[in-house]
Amino acid sequence: MQTLFFILGGIALVSGALVVFQKHPLRSALWLIVNFFAVAGIYLLAHAEFIAAIQVIVYAGAIMVLFLFVIMLLNIRQPEESPPIPYIGQKLVGIVLAGFTGLILIYGVTRAALTTGKAMAPGLGNTESIARSLFTSYLLPFEVTSVLLLVAIVGAVVLAKSKLK
Amino acid sequence: MVVPVSYFLALSVALFVLGVIGVLIRRNALVIFMSIEMMLNSVNLAFIGFADYFKAVDGQMFVFFVLTVAAAEVAVGLALIVAIFRNRGTVYVDNLNILKW
Repeated sequence: MQTLFFILGGIALVSGALVVFQKHPLRSALWLIVNFFAVAGIYLLAHAEFIAAIQVIVYAGAIMVLFLFVIMLLNIRQPEESPPIPYIGQKLVGIVLAGFTGLILIYGVTRAALTTGKAMAPGLGNTESIARSLFTSYLLPFEVTSVLLLVAIVGAVVLAKSKLK
Repeated sequence: MVVPVSYFLALSVALFVLGVIGVLIRRNALVIFMSIEMMLNSVNLAFIGFADYFKAVDGQMFVFFVLTVAAAEVAVGLALIVAIFRNRGTVYVDNLNILKW
């Protein structure tokens, strides 16, 4: 179990680093798919089968297809060129700031007092318990989510229209 | 042999920091957007680790909602990037200084 976690975590970290440091956005997108699959495998290790399936379908499927479609639509051939005005030490400052963010996160995580919680309802599968929770205690957020998706659809259509009358 | 929650948190922090690096050092708006997706994904990983640790399903519910918001955000964000590319002919954030006075 733990060796599987280390293998999948290593794949996720390496592919994540490749997403950031690849020159071409198409390669970044393809490595991001590998990253999402590795994280879905880790979800399986954490007994979250439904979320793992959703991760593969929505993230690695739908969202990355959208990304690849836009990359091909925009037809960005050339790799990232150097900017007209060179920003001195932009990468260095970025990495240092990201390191500070990581330090703050590590500090917060290690200070957290972890106690064991109550047990999940026995005899229910992962999808069943999610559905039970979704349609009882999380019913209002679930319905609001549908409104959010409608707003996103309308917004995307309006933004993608070439001319607004 | 269960995986301890600290491993989940460590991997989550590492992926989040990778996303922050991507947002800060890349110039292509699409790659910045992908890095944001990776950060959302790392937060989901922390939620799932805690859901497994506390043996509660609420963390997984939050991941479900984060996934939905991420899908909506990607649809609108990519439409914005396409609109910017139509207007300005570039997706490099250095060249997008239209708000600079």
